[in-house]
Amino acid sequence: MFKRIFAGALALAVPFVAGPALAQEKVLKAVMHADVRVIDPIWTTQTIANIHGALIYDTLFGNNADQKPQPQMVGKYEVSPDRLTYTFTLRDGLKFHDGSPVTTKDVIASLKRWGAKDGVGQRLMGFVTKMEPVDDKTFTMVLRAPYGMVLESLGKTSSSIPAIMREKDALTDPQQQVKEAVGSGPYMFAKDQWVPGSKAVYLKNKDYQPRTEPPSSFAGAKVPGVDRIELVWISDPQTAMSALINGEIDFYEAPTNDFLPLLEKARGVKLMKTGKIDSTQGFIRLNHLQPPFDNVKARQAMYYLINQEDFLRAIVGDPKYYKVCPALLTCGGPYESAGGREWMKEYNPKKALQLLKEAGYKGEPITVLSATDHATITPATQVLIQAMREAGINVDAQSMDWGSVVSRRAKKDPPAQGGWNIFVTTSGGVGSANPVLHTWIGAACDKGLFGWPCDAKIEELRNAFGMAQTEEERKKIANDLQARAMEQVVYIPFGQWDTPLAYRADRIDGIVPNTGLAVLWGITKK
Amino acid sequence: MTAYIVRRLFATLPVMAVVALFVFFLLRFAPGDPAAIIAGEDATAEAISAVRAKLGLDRPMVEQFVVWTSQLLRGDMGVSIFSNLPVTRLISQRLEPTVALTLSTLFVAVAMAIPIGVLAAWKARKLVDRLVMGFAVLGFAMPVFVLAYILIYFFAVKWQLLPVQGYQPIKEGLWPFVQSLILPSMALGITYMALIARTTRASMLEVLAQDYMRTANSKGLATNRVLLLHALKNAAVPIVTVIGIGIALLISGVVITETVFNIPGLGRLTVDAVLKRDYPVVQGLILVFAGAKVLVNLIIDISYAFLDPRIRY
Repeated sequence: MFKRIFAGALALAVPFVAGPALAQEKVLKAVMHADVRVIDPIWTTQTIANIHGALIYDTLFGNNADQKPQPQMVGKYEVSPDRLTYTFTLRDGLKFHDGSPVTTKDVIASLKRWGAKDGVGQRLMGFVTKMEPVDDKTFTMVLRAPYGMVLESLGKTSSSIPAIMREKDALTDPQQQVKEAVGSGPYMFAKDQWVPGSKAVYLKNKDYQPRTEPPSSFAGAKVPGVDRIELVWISDPQTAMSALINGEIDFYEAPTNDFLPLLEKARGVKLMKTGKIDSTQGFIRLNHLQPPFDNVKARQAMYYLINQEDFLRAIVGDPKYYKVCPALLTCGGPYESAGGREWMKEYNPKKALQLLKEAGYKGEPITVLSATDHATITPATQVLIQAMREAGINVDAQSMDWGSVVSRRAKKDPPAQGGWNIFVTTSGGVGSANPVLHTWIGAACDKGLFGWPCDAKIEELRNAFGMAQTEEERKKIANDLQARAMEQVVYIPFGQWDTPLAYRADRIDGIVPNTGLAVLWGITKK
Repeated sequence: MTAYIVRRLFATLPVMAVVALFVFFLLRFAPGDPAAIIAGEDATAEAISAVRAKLGLDRPMVEQFVVWTSQLLRGDMGVSIFSNLPVTRLISQRLEPTVALTLSTLFVAVAMAIPIGVLAAWKARKLVDRLVMGFAVLGFAMPVFVLAYILIYFFAVKWQLLPVQGYQPIKEGLWPFVQSLILPSMALGITYMALIARTTRASMLEVLAQDYMRTANSKGLATNRVLLLHALKNAAVPIVTVIGIGIALLISGVVITETVFNIPGLGRLTVDAVLKRDYPVVQGLILVFAGAKVLVNLIIDISYAFLDPRIRY
C-alpha cells in the first residue's frame, strides 16, 4: 500500500520537476576496482591508470587471451635471420585524438619513455642498442643479442602497458606525469568531465579504425561499442553491488567475494571469468636483508606455517572461486610447473619454530606489516599472524592502512628503526604466469622489489627464459626457475583465486575475452 | 555590531594560521608516502625515490612549508599530487554535493525536530512525550550507516522507488537532484533530528515553567500562540546553537553518508586524500573546513542578538 502511494506521488511529481531529457547516447557505466586519479599509465604502475591508458592509447602489439602477441598498431613486421633487427611498419589510418597522424617519432619516443620506467620495458631496452625511424611509418629496433620476448613485451597486458603517446607527451620525464591524455585508442578522455575520486569519462573515438580480426584481450578489433564510458567510483562494495542489482550501473569489475552469492542470484546480473589465467595470487614476502630471514633456513621454516586452505577460506570462502596452488608461476598458466612444490607439503608450526631456532632465531620480535583496510590482504595477514603465534613466534603486528604498508615496505632499515620483516601482498595471475613479466619472482638484490631477494642464478634463469627460442626450452627453464626461487624463498604463495566480474546481462553484450587488464572496448549496450 | 563582526573576522586569521601549521606538520609526521602509492605495486625503492624527488617531497620540511604558505598567501592551494589538478578545482567540484546534502539534511532534521520537540515539551511526562523521546533516543543511537543500508534495501533495492547511490547536480533538473538526496538526507537527518528535538524539548520545558508563560495562558491565549510565539522564540537560543553546531559538523562530517550513498562530496574527498596521502588536497580541505566552522560560529553569535535583544556585542 505504502509503496503504491509513494510511487503514485512520485509519478505525479515527475513531469513537473524532471530535468532535461538525456540525449540518446549509449552510455556504459562501469565500476572498477579503484578510481582514476592518475592519467599517465607510465608514471605509475597502478592497474586503474593502465585500464584508463588502454582505453585511450593504442599499443604496437597486443597479447591475446592466450598471451600470444598479435600486431595491433603494427601492420607488418620482419625479424632479421640473426634475430637482432626488428622492422615494424605502422598500419594505415592511425591518428591521435587531436587529429595528428601517428608517426614513428611518436612511437620511438613512447617506447623510450616506457623502457625507462617499466620493469619489462627496462629488460627489453637492456637488449636494444638503437631504435631508428626509416620513414614516418617504419622503424627498426636493433638488439645486441637475440631476445625471445620482444613482441610479448610490446603486447603486454599488465601494468605498465607500452602506450603510444604523441612525441611531445612522450618526451616528458618518466618520473613526471604527462599533462594531457591524448592517445590514438578507441576512446578519448574527457578531461573536463573528470572528477577525481568520483568519475572519469571517455568518449567514442569516431575516427578509430579497428583491426578486422576478432577481439581477444589486447589483440584484434578494438571496437568502441558505446558512445560514452563512465568509470564511476563507488568505494563501498555493498553500495556498488546494490547499484548493479538496481540497474544503476552496467559493469562491476571486481565485486567483493562476500557478495558473489548474492550477485549469482540477482535477476539480470551475470558473473563472468574473462580469461583462463585471470586470477589473483596471494603471497607472503620476507625481508631478505634483516635477521632472521637473511638466513635461507629461516625463510624455508616459514613454509611450514602455510596451510593454503586456511588463507583461501578466510579471503574467498567458496571453494569454486579458489585454488590451492603451492607454486610461484600461475597455476593453469602456460608455464605452470612442479618445480619446488615439495617445500609446501606439510603444515607443521612446531617444525617451523624448530627450524627457525636452528637458523639462529632466539625469540626476537618479528615485525609484520598488518594492513587493516584491504579486502584480501587484511584477512590473509591475520591468518598468518595466528599461525605464527600458534608456532610460538614472537610477532610484532604493526597495524596500519595499506597506504602506510606501501610506504613502510620500501624501507631497508631494521624493524626497530622503522623497517619490517614480513608483509603480505597479491599479484595478478597474468603477470605471474610469465617468468619475465613476473617481477616478484626476481632476485635482483637492491634493484629488485621490496624484500630484496638476491640470487644470481634466479636472474640468470630469467634472462635465459627471455632468450629461449623454443617453447620446450622455456618450459624447462620455467621449471628450474620456480624450483630455485622456492628453495631461496623469494616469496611464499598462499593460494590463487578468481574474482569474476559482474555485469547486467540484460543491458550489455560483447564483453571481450581478456587476460590481464580489464577490456571495455567491444562492449555494446542492448 | 559591525565592529564586532570585523573584529571576529580578523580573529579568524590567527586561527587559520595555527590550523595551517598543525595540518601541514601533522601530515608530514604521519606514516605514509604518496610517492610509494603513485609509483604503484611493482615499483622498486629507487623508482619511489625518483618520484619523491620529482614531487619535491625529499626537500626539508620547513622549505616545503615555506613554499606552501607563500602559495597560499597568493590564493593558490597548490595541485593534487596525483591528478595534477588544482586543489581549488577539486574542492569546488565537491562543494555543491556537500552543501546540498548539508542543507537538505538540516531541512529534514529541523522540520521534524522542532515540532516534535515542542510537542514533547507540551505533553511532558505523558505518553506522547515518552514516544517522541524514545524515537529521538533510537534515532540518536542508531549508526548512520545501518540506517542508510536499511533505507537503501527497502526504498531502492526492494521497492525501486529511489536510486541506490549517486548525486545529480541541480542543473540536471530539480527532480533528479531531489531524488538523489532523499535517502541520504533521511539517513543523516534522523541523528540530527534527535539531537535538535531533545534540545528543543529541554529548552521549551524551561521556558514553559516561567511566570510570563503562566500569565499568557491565564490571559486565555490560544495554545498554538503560546507555544509558538511566546515559548519557542524565547527557547530559540540553545536550539539555534545546536543547529549551528550541526551545520559545522555536517560540512566536515558527512563522510559515512557520502560513502554509503556514493555522493562525491568534500567528506569523501577528504578520506580519499588522507588515504592516498595527497598532502595539498588534505591541507586545502582542512583550511576550508576550519574557515566554514569559524564562519558558522560567527553567524550563530550574530543571530543571538536578533533572537534575544538583551544580548549585545
